[in-house]
Amino acid sequence: MDTLPALAHGLAVATQPMNLLFAFIGVLLGTAVGVLPGIGPALTVALLLPVTFKLDPAGSLIMFAGIYYGGMYGGSTTAILINTPGESASLVTALEGNKMAKAGRGGPALATAAIGSFVAGSIATLGIAFLAPWLVELAIQFGPEDYFALMCLAFVTVAATFGDSPVRGLTSLFLGLVLGLVGIDRLTGQARLTFGVPELLDGIEVTTLAVGLFAIGEALYVAGRRKHHREELVPVRGSLWMTKADWARSWKAWLRGTAFGFPIGALPAGGAEVPTFLSYATERRLSRHPEEFGHGAIEGVAGPEAANNASAAGTMVPLLTLGLPTSATAAMMLAGFQQYGLNPGPLLFAERPDLVWGLIASLFIANAMLVVLNLPLVGLWVRLLRIPQPWLYAGIVVFATMGTIAARPSLVEIVVLSVFGVAGFLMRQFDYPIAPVVIGLILGPVAESQLRRALSISLGDPLVLVQSPIAATLLGLTALALIAPFVLRGLQRFRMQED
Amino acid sequence: MALAGILLALAGVVLWDLNRLELTSVYGLGPKAMPLVTGGALALLAIANGVNAWRGITPVREPVDTPALLWILGGLAALIVLVASGAGFIPATAVLFAATAAGFGRRALATDLAIGAVLGIVTYLVFAKLLALTLPVGPIERLF
Repeated sequence: MDTLPALAHGLAVATQPMNLLFAFIGVLLGTAVGVLPGIGPALTVALLLPVTFKLDPAGSLIMFAGIYYGGMYGGSTTAILINTPGESASLVTALEGNKMAKAGRGGPALATAAIGSFVAGSIATLGIAFLAPWLVELAIQFGPEDYFALMCLAFVTVAATFGDSPVRGLTSLFLGLVLGLVGIDRLTGQARLTFGVPELLDGIEVTTLAVGLFAIGEALYVAGRRKHHREELVPVRGSLWMTKADWARSWKAWLRGTAFGFPIGALPAGGAEVPTFLSYATERRLSRHPEEFGHGAIEGVAGPEAANNASAAGTMVPLLTLGLPTSATAAMMLAGFQQYGLNPGPLLFAERPDLVWGLIASLFIANAMLVVLNLPLVGLWVRLLRIPQPWLYAGIVVFATMGTIAARPSLVEIVVLSVFGVAGFLMRQFDYPIAPVVIGLILGPVAESQLRRALSISLGDPLVLVQSPIAATLLGLTALALIAPFVLRGLQRFRMQED
Repeated sequence: MALAGILLALAGVVLWDLNRLELTSVYGLGPKAMPLVTGGALALLAIANGVNAWRGITPVREPVDTPALLWILGGLAALIVLVASGAGFIPATAVLFAATAAGFGRRALATDLAIGAVLGIVTYLVFAKLLALTLPVGPIERLF
């Protein structure tokens, strides 16, 4: 498939008035939730899933993508102005950005973040448009055993990259996999882990799990430790605009940030945090003003902000071409595809090119909208932070239960939601990462059916799993990724004993 | 430590559920394989978590404001009871909103109940009329 005509066609789809409206709602909501601490883009998409159930798939997915991108922009605003990253990918931005704001240079910090995000987002979206068809060609040759191997790799890397302890990450992942077992077995029709509750036969709804873990869990967590934390807003002083020197120092950082963010986002290892850390470290090393780092160096904002937007775009590549989510938000978007009976992958490119390319083209539009929304209107967004916390979280909890009950009108669903809420609270409290649970629930059943399909084709011969070179390589990488953290830790301990 | 126990119990439940599945002869793996693998892995991880906890590697916990949690969970319980008893969606929402706000330190129950009710009415109208979704109906909802 030729990229340019396809992209042009996609632009025609994306500029339809309804789709423009959805993109606008998406970026608006995305920026809002990015600004508000505690609500991320993943949670917002999860909350909107049941609501968009009956809307047009293309429009809803364009809106979800807008939320994802908008969240990345909005997160930087809170990171810079109150030193509370709205989402984890803005963690590094807070380091230099908040220092700049305190020094009265909040305007340029916000500007370099927004423009850098725009530059990175646009380049990375071009990257999607050119990389995706190529990956689709490759993915067509994948057999079930290759898909199974790919999912194993994704499981392990996701469990290892989210959170700092591999044991905790794997625990979260397997909790998700167990939840994925609930319901009727797709191949034999037997009920597993339903305990005679008829509502569980259809399996656990992804929305219920995500909303419970993210929304209710977060509300409980914040309520539980509210008394120990207070935030302070630094007002924006001085000019919003960047000086010539700011531009000169920023543009290389933007490009380097993009170069880190996009490939890492596109790998099944995913996560937007890693590239932001890499970008920060690189800018610090390459800077001609290393003494400014730690006191508000503009490169330290420009690079990581470009990196987190580029990686958000990068995660769209495995999501669209392989159906492989590598971040919590991507997982929720996959759930969004699934609720319309769409399965991202090579087939989707062939069957619904209008939808796929419309979505890709709408990313450009969302990016352009975001720069306009964020630069001149930053003062407006900051006002959002004045919403009293009790009402904010009460609203979230109410909307969470409403969305769940609207998706499946049954009280069992609310009970399940509450159980997941408590589970989400406990996981936060004990530092277990949440995203692997959601990814395990979504990908677990897919991985299982791919594995069983591969083994039925081979008449039960397990060697089929390693006979395909693709599968063998991927499984090898999986084993490596699984063992490496433990070995490295062992080495560290060994060295410590030597000292 | 307690968490490791919960995980171990969960693994036990998964493995116990295996017994109820009948073995159907298909080529390749039957429905038992995945629960066996995940249940076993969960049991292993439970032990690993237990060992970590015992060696004291678990992160330091911050003190938790238990009444705040009870407010929110109480709100959820009230929602379930209200919907189950047929009181409808809007009163249930109002109670949940007020209870959560109270959990976050607000002490103006009447105001919050009113806000919650307004929020409930607005979203009920949007959900039910605009988006054609079904929500639990009680006497108040029938008025619309």
